[in-house]
Amino acid sequence: MAPALLVLVLVAAWPLLRTIWFGFTDARLGDLGGASWIGLRNYLDVRDGQWTGLLADPLWWHAVRNTLVFTVVSVALETVFGLVVALVLHRSFPGRAWVRAAVLIPWAIPTIVSAKIWGWILHDQFGLLNDLLQRAGWLAEPLAWTADPALAMGSVILVDVWKTTPFMALLILAALQMLPKDCYEAARVDGVPPVSAFLHITLPLIAPALIVAVTFRVLDALRIFDLVYVLTPNRPETLSMSVYARQQLVDFQSVGYGSAASTLLFLTVALLTVAWLGYGRHRVEAQHA
Amino acid sequence: MTAKGTLRGAGFLALVAIIVMVSVFPLYYAVVTSLESGAALFEVNYLPAALDWSNYRAVFREQPFGRNILNSVMVATGVVLAGLALSVTASFALARIPFRGRTLLLMTLLAVAMFPQVAVLSGLFELVRTLGLYNSLGSLGLSYMIFTLPFTTWVLTAFMRDLPGELEEAAIMDGARPLTIVVRVFLPLMGPALAATGLLAFIAAWNEFLFALTFTLTHDQRTVPVAIALISGASQYELPWGQVMAASVAVTVPLVLMVLVFQRRIVAGLTTGAIKG
Repeated sequence: MAPALLVLVLVAAWPLLRTIWFGFTDARLGDLGGASWIGLRNYLDVRDGQWTGLLADPLWWHAVRNTLVFTVVSVALETVFGLVVALVLHRSFPGRAWVRAAVLIPWAIPTIVSAKIWGWILHDQFGLLNDLLQRAGWLAEPLAWTADPALAMGSVILVDVWKTTPFMALLILAALQMLPKDCYEAARVDGVPPVSAFLHITLPLIAPALIVAVTFRVLDALRIFDLVYVLTPNRPETLSMSVYARQQLVDFQSVGYGSAASTLLFLTVALLTVAWLGYGRHRVEAQHA
Repeated sequence: MTAKGTLRGAGFLALVAIIVMVSVFPLYYAVVTSLESGAALFEVNYLPAALDWSNYRAVFREQPFGRNILNSVMVATGVVLAGLALSVTASFALARIPFRGRTLLLMTLLAVAMFPQVAVLSGLFELVRTLGLYNSLGSLGLSYMIFTLPFTTWVLTAFMRDLPGELEEAAIMDGARPLTIVVRVFLPLMGPALAATGLLAFIAAWNEFLFALTFTLTHDQRTVPVAIALISGASQYELPWGQVMAASVAVTVPLVLMVLVFQRRIVAGLTTGAIKG
């Protein structure tokens, strides 16, 4: 027990505390030792009547909004598609094992690789998607899927949904396979239509597993970095909080400012998690009361 | 069968076909593209039009891609072995020894695996510099513990909790000490669990991007994801797409095969970690 905890203190707890501390300093990447305390000035400051700092930076708020939009839309779509795929795989049909194997493929492809493959499919000049849509007659002119400000976020969401729906589907499928069969027999005997059986039996029974899967996906989506960094580099329309923080830290060498951004991201995720867990406990207690 | 039943059957079949198409087609298209060069690359070919290996040759000759693969293999293997070794004893304590704050500790572990890794980036950067590990694979071995260790501990704890209690009761009766129980009684039973957990941790380490991008600088220290992300052409706007696809296929096909072969175990590992916890 002790060695594992020690390693985690060294690589997680200590760096986290140092990052929070750096957020209150003017540290530069080349000279971390020369950092001096500047209080909250990375977060908010007034200079010659001008508000400066993270909380006054429109680009930061842009990143916050992008991250939240990405998280809500992509997790919602993944849940719906995951549910559909899981219900399909739950039925027995010839070749089911092969279909399940095929579904796993997007999950097995590294994120960077899927970002590159989709970057090629979505390419504005030579991409497959434009070709396909033009052949079908749904598109007159090729679209710049990853470069057009109006489409870039949609493309990021599309690739993320493609890549992570299998995870969702597998977790839901595992929950489906643990359901008692007699409920459904009783429902069929009583003449309950399949749709209401799904809404009133299946959904409530798999709800706990669904909530766990959604929680995992939300936490993962809130820290999105690699997909955005590779698929839509340097686009303010898709800039996420993680990308913003790393850009300040590494590209602009402003470790103090970047650490402040990292700290805010950490606080956001921590608060959301605590609120979510608290809400979950509250609901469980309310049900038992 | 009634007409309505046939129609429904056809609808189901179409749904299955769409799911398979969407899952498989992008990788298939990457394979097709990776085997094209010259002008053929810039036509959209739905069927393989050429069998030209020059992109693969170029990736391994013009870039240190072989070295990048070796780096990734070394880092991921090292991280998995260290992670499993450290987490076996930890998960024994968490699964079998009741103590105050056990649930809190388990939740903290999960939180460490799920929190945004950019939050430790500057602190880790300082640590890596201080230890003299910057631009070396050691920096990745160290930083990847953040997500491997909590994950392996969590899944192994779930597996161990399911093992019957009589096992260690008998061993305790025979006077065995906790470490002996772990090594002699639990380990032999945990082969499948260790394999599944190790495989998932391997994939996570193989795919990691943020730390690898930040803590390595030179081409020959890069891991596969960073190498692929940073492949560049003659100009900023001319990405050698054939080479990018060749590199992507070269590292993905072995991974996909591995996942398909160990499908059952991986699914078991994933769901144990997420649901039973």
